[in-house]
Amino acid sequence: MSALAAIIWRDVRLAFRAGGGALQAVAFFALVVVLFSLAVGPDIALMRKIAGPVLWTAALLATLISLDQIWRADREDGSLDIIVETSDALPLTAAAKAAAHWFSTGLPLIIATPILGVILNLPASAYVPVLMSLAIGTPGLSLIGAFASALAVSLPRANLLISIIVAPLYAPILIFGAGASIAGAAGAAQYAPNLMLLGAATLFAALFSPIASAAALRSNLD
Amino acid sequence: MASISELANPQRFEGLAQAVSPYAVGVAFITLVAGLYYALFNSPADYQQGESVRIMYVHVPAAWMAMFCYSSMAIASAVGFIWKHPLADVAAKETAPIGAGFTFLALFTGAFWGKPMWGAWWVWDARLTSVLILLFLYLGYMALWQAIPDKIRAARLAAILAIVGFVNVPIIKFSVDWWNSLHQPASILRADGPTIDGSMLTPLFLMIAAYMALFTAMLLQSMRNELVARRVARLDMAADAATSTLVETPSAASQS
Repeated sequence: MSALAAIIWRDVRLAFRAGGGALQAVAFFALVVVLFSLAVGPDIALMRKIAGPVLWTAALLATLISLDQIWRADREDGSLDIIVETSDALPLTAAAKAAAHWFSTGLPLIIATPILGVILNLPASAYVPVLMSLAIGTPGLSLIGAFASALAVSLPRANLLISIIVAPLYAPILIFGAGASIAGAAGAAQYAPNLMLLGAATLFAALFSPIASAAALRSNLD
Repeated sequence: MASISELANPQRFEGLAQAVSPYAVGVAFITLVAGLYYALFNSPADYQQGESVRIMYVHVPAAWMAMFCYSSMAIASAVGFIWKHPLADVAAKETAPIGAGFTFLALFTGAFWGKPMWGAWWVWDARLTSVLILLFLYLGYMALWQAIPDKIRAARLAAILAIVGFVNVPIIKFSVDWWNSLHQPASILRADGPTIDGSMLTPLFLMIAAYMALFTAMLLQSMRNELVARRVARLDMAADAATSTLVETPSAASQS
């Protein structure tokens, strides 16, 4: 257990130091939101309707661009070989790496969301469902992303390939997450079913993507 | 033992494929002609949908094949991954473009059916969305194969992706039951028997047989192509190695 905690702590510290890129994902998140607002124009009524889905799409894209980082640095300096060779249970190690990615990418995105919600004129009733759906859904994004990133770890310039692989796997989380934020913005307390489905998707990812990540890592390193 | 079967199998496969291929092509041709004749001329128009119901005979088998191909690709991937069987890897790899083709056909004909029936080419409905995701899964799988030069590693990684992506197949199947959908639920494979009239089932089953035979013929041919391409690549590499030794050895260079 302490080894897993050490991996998480090390990755989070690396991500927040110079060249780590954790804040780049938040900056990208804000940038997508701003670009979307510029594209939609000053129609506030329209903006209120689409604010939740826009936040979700932007969070997903910001996660997407950060996935390549999960295993690459470890691969390049050789520590990935040591991690794979010495791990008692590689799926748990993969889950720890996904957790570290969430702490350094998913959590900052959630913290930045209320501020960006103001820019997007997000209705007051939608803040809770948007934040809750992001809190439940972004761990799933990190878990699935760690798998896709593990598939491509031995390839140079794999970012586009990772995006192509991971986008269809992200679809359920995006659908339920944005669905919860729309249901909340409509004013009704009808977002609970979407949150439950979202939780189911994340739990499913938590069960299977560490195993798949471990298999992908082993296949990449032999 | 394992290495012998690995060496022998592609040759035995070649023999089997050569024997089966002509029959598959023949069955595909006959059932396609018969099925299209029944579908276009010798079956009734629907009492609600009119003549446009005939799109069903192209659309439904394509949608079935889209899921069938993905399922066989996932099974072949699992076989290839667990038993490290190269022929299963080739089968999985060559199934993907064919399955993607059927998926595209299902979406394309579905759009042409949706326009007159629902009034829209495309709706963001659970069934349509999950089939579109299936198409992207096929494309991602093919992109992964293309990105990795080492065939053995590519096969293992692509197999993992195919198995993970299989989670989408039950979602497609049950999407019409789980969500409110414009798309109609299953009307053939039902516990209480088909709800389609027999006059429409004949062309439908003929077309399904045609698509299956076509899939068999195309898969066998593309697997043979892939095996030959790999053999050529190996021979090229061997030839390259031979020339480079010739150049490096002074006595051999002076002889040439």
